[in-house]
Amino acid sequence: MILSELISLDVLRVIWWLLLGVLLIGFALTDGFDLGVGALLPFVGKTDTERRVAINTVGPVWEGNQVWFILGGGAIFAAWPPLYAVSFSGFYLAMFAILAALILRPVAFKYRSKRDGHAWRNGWDWALFVGGAVPALIFGVAVGNVLQGVPFQLNDMLMPLYPGNFFIKFISLLNPFALLAGVVSISMLMMHGAAWLTLKTEGPVQLRARAIGSVAGIVAFVTYILAGVWLAFGIKGYAITSVVPDNGPSNPLFSTVEHGGSWLSAYSDRPWIAIAPILGLLGIALATLGLRAGREGSTLLLSKLGIFGVISSVGLTMFPFILPSSIQPDASLTVWDASSSQQTLFVMLVVTLIFMPLILAYTAWVYKVLWGKVTVEEIESDSHSY
Amino acid sequence: MDIGIVDLSRLQFAMTVMYHFLFVPLTLGLSIIVAIMETVYVMTNRPIWRQMTKFWATLFGINFVLGVATGITMEFQFGMNWSYYSHYVGDIFGAPLAIEGLMAFFMEATFVGLMFFGWDKLSPVKHMVVTWLVAIGSNFSALWILIANGWMQNPVGAAFNPLTMRMEMTSFFDVVFNPVAQAKFVHTVSAGYVTAAVFVMGVSAWYMLKGRHFELARRSIAVAAAFGLASALSVVILGDESGYETTHNQKMKLAAMEAMWDTEPAPASFTLFGIPDQEARETKYAVHIPWAMGLIGTRSLTGQIEGINQLVEGSEERIKKGIIAYDDLLKIREAKGDVSPEVKAQFEENVGDLGYAYLLMRYVDDPRTATQEQIEQAANDTVPTVWPIFWSFRIMVALGFSFIAVMAYFFFISNWRGMRYPRWALHAAVWIIPTPWIAAELGWFTAEFGRQPWTVDGVLPTALSVSHLSVGDLLITLAGFVALYTVLFIIEMGLMIKFIKKGPYQDVELTQDWQQRHEDRLSGRSSSVTMPAE
Repeated sequence: MILSELISLDVLRVIWWLLLGVLLIGFALTDGFDLGVGALLPFVGKTDTERRVAINTVGPVWEGNQVWFILGGGAIFAAWPPLYAVSFSGFYLAMFAILAALILRPVAFKYRSKRDGHAWRNGWDWALFVGGAVPALIFGVAVGNVLQGVPFQLNDMLMPLYPGNFFIKFISLLNPFALLAGVVSISMLMMHGAAWLTLKTEGPVQLRARAIGSVAGIVAFVTYILAGVWLAFGIKGYAITSVVPDNGPSNPLFSTVEHGGSWLSAYSDRPWIAIAPILGLLGIALATLGLRAGREGSTLLLSKLGIFGVISSVGLTMFPFILPSSIQPDASLTVWDASSSQQTLFVMLVVTLIFMPLILAYTAWVYKVLWGKVTVEEIESDSHSY
Repeated sequence: MDIGIVDLSRLQFAMTVMYHFLFVPLTLGLSIIVAIMETVYVMTNRPIWRQMTKFWATLFGINFVLGVATGITMEFQFGMNWSYYSHYVGDIFGAPLAIEGLMAFFMEATFVGLMFFGWDKLSPVKHMVVTWLVAIGSNFSALWILIANGWMQNPVGAAFNPLTMRMEMTSFFDVVFNPVAQAKFVHTVSAGYVTAAVFVMGVSAWYMLKGRHFELARRSIAVAAAFGLASALSVVILGDESGYETTHNQKMKLAAMEAMWDTEPAPASFTLFGIPDQEARETKYAVHIPWAMGLIGTRSLTGQIEGINQLVEGSEERIKKGIIAYDDLLKIREAKGDVSPEVKAQFEENVGDLGYAYLLMRYVDDPRTATQEQIEQAANDTVPTVWPIFWSFRIMVALGFSFIAVMAYFFFISNWRGMRYPRWALHAAVWIIPTPWIAAELGWFTAEFGRQPWTVDGVLPTALSVSHLSVGDLLITLAGFVALYTVLFIIEMGLMIKFIKKGPYQDVELTQDWQQRHEDRLSGRSSSVTMPAE
């Protein structure tokens, strides 16, 4: 097809790098508050009715929100097949943990209130808590590991290999820096969940959400700064040392990479990217203040701004790297050598440009229909409530 | 290549995908049946149809959520367990999966919440549109998934790139309009419709036998029978189309389905019954129907269908050509593409058989060093185990035809005998509830097991497609999936049964009230009631 030649490969690659960011951020902004509400559930709801109020704030929307994640997976597969292949199998057991959590969560939403009984409902509340907290933590841990480099190799056939014992590999993912990144992630999403609950509930649930959410906000603020300092002084960065193959074939082994220096050199090369961490910190700080003051709508927006800043700061710091290898740096995946073909990137871009506006439009419409507080009376009168 | 890893990965994939497909067919069909019922409600404004919509939607919801949850596993598992597959064909295979998310799943998942929570927030027409969007979304999901699967059976619109060591898309149009994918799509969704029709019919029949919810049950059977009859016909017709496509694209699979060891003079006979013996390469106690296979498979009296032994000889040739392609591939990769036109031309000529050279990697690291004996072994590996395919295919076909008979019978009674279903028929309707699931699973088994030893037919062997994991990894996840899925299955069945036993619980008074007035009107008593002046 000649059409796909309209946009050059390097431009398509950058566009798809941005779209990957859009999807991950879209996921964090929407499904993020579901995960946050799950993680907050045992603390904001003391009685069954209070928990049902919290659950029903996300009840009608979690399914759509979760699609951001599914779509993120699909888009990585379609646009960045080597990234999909290396990361999903490299983080095998961690991915399984996320998977188990994400399987339990929908089922818990749907089934929890279909039976009475203390044990039944408590069991599902536990599933919702785990299903929210575990992915929120693991996503951060994964980012922490990506920043340090992941121990994978590529052989001549570009087959991803992971030398070493599987259990030791799994445990070594839980290193201190990665755990710190995990804390940033879970505290940020708990703050986000609290901002959502502040908007959608009233009374004791809202009060508790605000109290816990503002603590989570402070934790997110402090740990994000700590992680930044650690990244500047304690973590080695990566750099392409050969000619940058921006229009070349997607073969990571065709370029050479050095593991050394600092990630933060990106900020001297492209000073404008400093805006991302600044927005991140600003958003978190103002959302925390908003939670304390009890402002409803603006707090959720500020929380979104904070998450946007934090996630983009990681992407922009690493650019053009998307998955560096700690044991064979030349195999590192970058924007320039880990994408799909020009044809596929082009087709997928066209499809995305058609459907993404539609998705945003109908998602907005659904949120509008469901606008307003979730109240005890409403839950008790609606037979479909969770 | 560790064969233990390959087998465990296959086991896990088979288990999780077959489990996923316990929920998918019902979602596909029930979403449409519910939408039809709601449309009748909007058109007639009769509360009974609203009650039916809400009741079946409740069962739909219990089923839907597990379909969604177990679908996430499928999307992740390619990367987790089949990383070389993901790398090697992700350029093509990833696209339909991503489009499924963008075009279908997003719509279905966004509106399903509103379908349950929006009854009081939307006008009846708007709510009906929402329900239809859920149904259309589910069915479009199936379209893109089957385009992806169809490509694994018949890899069109793609070419191998030696520099990136993978297949790359050459024509999106060819991938989407792959005839195998299109036939499979209609066949699969129709099977889902039959599943839902049998389910609705069985549950309703049980109510009638118990003397409960009579009005809801008999109307539901009428809808299910009409919808089910059309679908059952479509399943068989498109199943035949799928078989016809297989004749051209997957000759080995067809030969295995028919346990046809040697090429027969055209038109070939169809083996109705027999016990395939893989070792001796013959089918014992075979009962043949003359001409039938040639007619179905080639739609002609002269078209030949190749037998397994002849196809194995062909595989041997293709392996040898694949070795030439492999040798050239190494040269091209070494020189980063900068090789003489002769090497390029020779590579282009043989690259279609590169996948056959990979079959040797079970026996040697470098296919170029393979002995004649190893080449013969690898050629024999292109024959899947015949008897499971032979039998699952036959049971599926028999069930498929019997659904037509069942649906036609109920359709007849509901339209020409005033919905007075005999008790024996109602009993039968309850007992056959599991059969469409059996047929669907066997159908998938035939399609996927019959494709072995390939993940992508002729392009990438299954043994090469796996991730570099350890047995420990796989045992942990296998145990995890078994535990999680078993618990969820028990819970799901428990809830299904609970809500079926409970019966319709929404709008009960409204419906009864309407029912009373409706019956009065029919029996003529309404004439004594003074109507308000109009």
